Amino acid sequence: MNAQFAAALAVLPEYLGAHVLLSLAAIALGAAASLPLGVLAARNGRLRGPVLAFASLAQTIPALALVALFYPLLLALSGLTREAFGFATPALGFLPALLALALYAMLPILRNTVAGLDGVDPAILEAADAVGMTATQKLWRVQLPLAAPVVMAGLRTAMVWTIGGATLATPVGQTSLGNYIFSGLQTENWVSVLFGCFASAALALIADQLLGLIERGAARRDGRRIALGAGAFAAAALAALAPLGAHATGAYVIGAKNFSEQYILADLIARELRAHGLASARREGLGSAVVYRALAADDIDAYVDYSGTIWTNVMKRADNPPREKMLDEMKAWLAAHDRVTLFGALGFENAYAFAMKKSRAQQLHVATLDDLSRAAPDLVLGADLEFLSRPEWTAAQKAYALRFRDARAFNPTFMYRALVDGSVDVISAFSSDGRILADDLVTLADPRGALPHYDAILLLAPRRAGDQKLRSALEPLIGAIDLDRMRRANLEVDRDKDKLTPAEAAARLADGAGLAKR
Amino acid sequence: MDAIVELEEVSVIYGPGARPAVDRATLSVARGEFVALVGFSGSGKTSLLKTVNRLVEPASGRVRVEGGDVTSLPAHELRRRIGYVFQGVGLFPHMSVRDNICITPALLGWPKDAMRARAADLMDLVALPQAYLDRAPHELSGGERQRVAIARALAAEPKIVIMDEPFGALDPVTRDALGSAYRALHDRLGLTTLMVTHDAQEAALLAGRIVVMDQASIVADGAPATLIARSAAQGMFAVARRQAERMAALTQTGPAP
Repeated sequence: MNAQFAAALAVLPEYLGAHVLLSLAAIALGAAASLPLGVLAARNGRLRGPVLAFASLAQTIPALALVALFYPLLLALSGLTREAFGFATPALGFLPALLALALYAMLPILRNTVAGLDGVDPAILEAADAVGMTATQKLWRVQLPLAAPVVMAGLRTAMVWTIGGATLATPVGQTSLGNYIFSGLQTENWVSVLFGCFASAALALIADQLLGLIERGAARRDGRRIALGAGAFAAAALAALAPLGAHATGAYVIGAKNFSEQYILADLIARELRAHGLASARREGLGSAVVYRALAADDIDAYVDYSGTIWTNVMKRADNPPREKMLDEMKAWLAAHDRVTLFGALGFENAYAFAMKKSRAQQLHVATLDDLSRAAPDLVLGADLEFLSRPEWTAAQKAYALRFRDARAFNPTFMYRALVDGSVDVISAFSSDGRILADDLVTLADPRGALPHYDAILLLAPRRAGDQKLRSALEPLIGAIDLDRMRRANLEVDRDKDKLTPAEAAARLADGAGLAKR
Repeated sequence: MDAIVELEEVSVIYGPGARPAVDRATLSVARGEFVALVGFSGSGKTSLLKTVNRLVEPASGRVRVEGGDVTSLPAHELRRRIGYVFQGVGLFPHMSVRDNICITPALLGWPKDAMRARAADLMDLVALPQAYLDRAPHELSGGERQRVAIARALAAEPKIVIMDEPFGALDPVTRDALGSAYRALHDRLGLTTLMVTHDAQEAALLAGRIVVMDQASIVADGAPATLIARSAAQGMFAVARRQAERMAALTQTGPAP
């Protein structure tokens, strides 16, 4: 069996379970909110317009954005509950995903509830009044049963949408089948992407068929069909809950952002913990802005960030001190402001660096940015999409008086291709990128220290600050990974042929760096 | 006379500024009477009928049923005491014939056994086979469905039955048969019936008393035989009479060669 496929299959129970649980909870919540609202809207003409407009509006927001929007909202709520009740509600993971998906599920259910109730034959409503039903009896005995097929159709639509949409829960830290898709996209592991797509599509089809079974059972008043369908959902929910219980017990939660290096480092940390007999769980594919706040809020326990990112984005600093001073200041600041522990640097940097083909650099005698400054007027710069608007570019331009003949922005993959085929001469690379090895590139030295440092640093959550078991398990990682090893590991995951999974790359990295063997 | 339904100066107005659908109508129906309300479309006969079970609320005037004002108890309690049959039939499609028939007894909280027995009796009463009890309404013909609707209206043993064009959607043969069958039930059960119809012939053949409405008002009220001769009802009965005469002429001369 293909190694990538086997790796995907190994985590299927965890991903699928979380996905099922999230989808079912979201559908249940969405239905619980929209059924009564639909009944109210169908009865009250003035309410109908605003209610349907609200649901339509929620639908027009892209699902990914909706999920992301709930995070800051819940973070604010979490701050409020911490002040008011002394505990913080989780802002990451299950809750934002649940709320966003439930909101998303509302429109089809709401719309079909209104349409279903509207569609009941007026003669039947008159009969219901005439035989002496109260308004409530009419609703439960006549209107809802007759509207049920239409409502059910809405529920089925919502189910399919929600199961598809639940893949977008990954970036806010909720495990789902989306983990396959997001990590697969980052590491260009198409087996993983397809696996995630097929799994979620299959799940949606199965859930739809089960609802169809319940629907037909209800139409034919066949208790067995209803029981079979409902039983299958209950069994799925139970099966999904089982591993969750095992997971929740004191496992360390390791966070990772959404690119290959982060996946590899999360696997590396998990290996070290395992070697010390500690269990761990993963929150992968987190947005760069989300992950630090998740750590500060104790939603995750440890992750690797980069010093320059923390310096500018979290500490809001614009200056560029030397490496040691930066790390010292950062350590003190993080402890004081967020009670976050800067445990140490791993030994490599993932910084912005200017890179050239080795042959071209030698031909032009360029080894440093000072040399580049001299050659730049004849050269074309290729940059990633954000580099030209970042402070790093401004700083480098200023320090070395860089003036290129032309500067073009690319998607990272195409930026490297453009460098290799000679359309550009210099690119803005990340120093630990595996493609620097693969494409035989050199990074140019920065003698004036214009580019900020991006040391990979291990951060610990406030609640783990004094955790000696964790600290001693992570101790061997500090200073253990040099730039060359990290580049190699990144390359092993990113390359097109003989791809390794992040876990395999982490294993090789651990071997090479003399770290624990499982 | 023992009045069981009394309408006193009843007006019905749909919406502000609209012309009254019923304009100060007064009518008293005695226990056991079979009254037909006739009139052209838009004459207000259905609106007047529906004030009896409060499917329509009068803008002014009083409605008394069995001596009490209809507004003295909740509408649903009033309606459970009055049978209602209408052209739309309105059988609940998601319920069996049995559940349809037993709906009002169920709302009244009758014991299960009593409801089963009642359903069986009613099927005999409206001349439908017992096997139909477990069928769905859509499996029945139009005439059979209207019989079920009559059984449903009678299920909770009402003293009063109001009917709005009850046989309007049926073919002439079924219509005649069902009309006669209902009239027999009316007599046998000692019911008081108010029936709206636009068909003067049907009214004349079934009812013991005919009330004619025109432009929101009651314009004539009397026994069919006297009413047919009176000028106020001429318009209503002229068509029926002409048809009857032509039919008679045809049967006398025989078919044309």
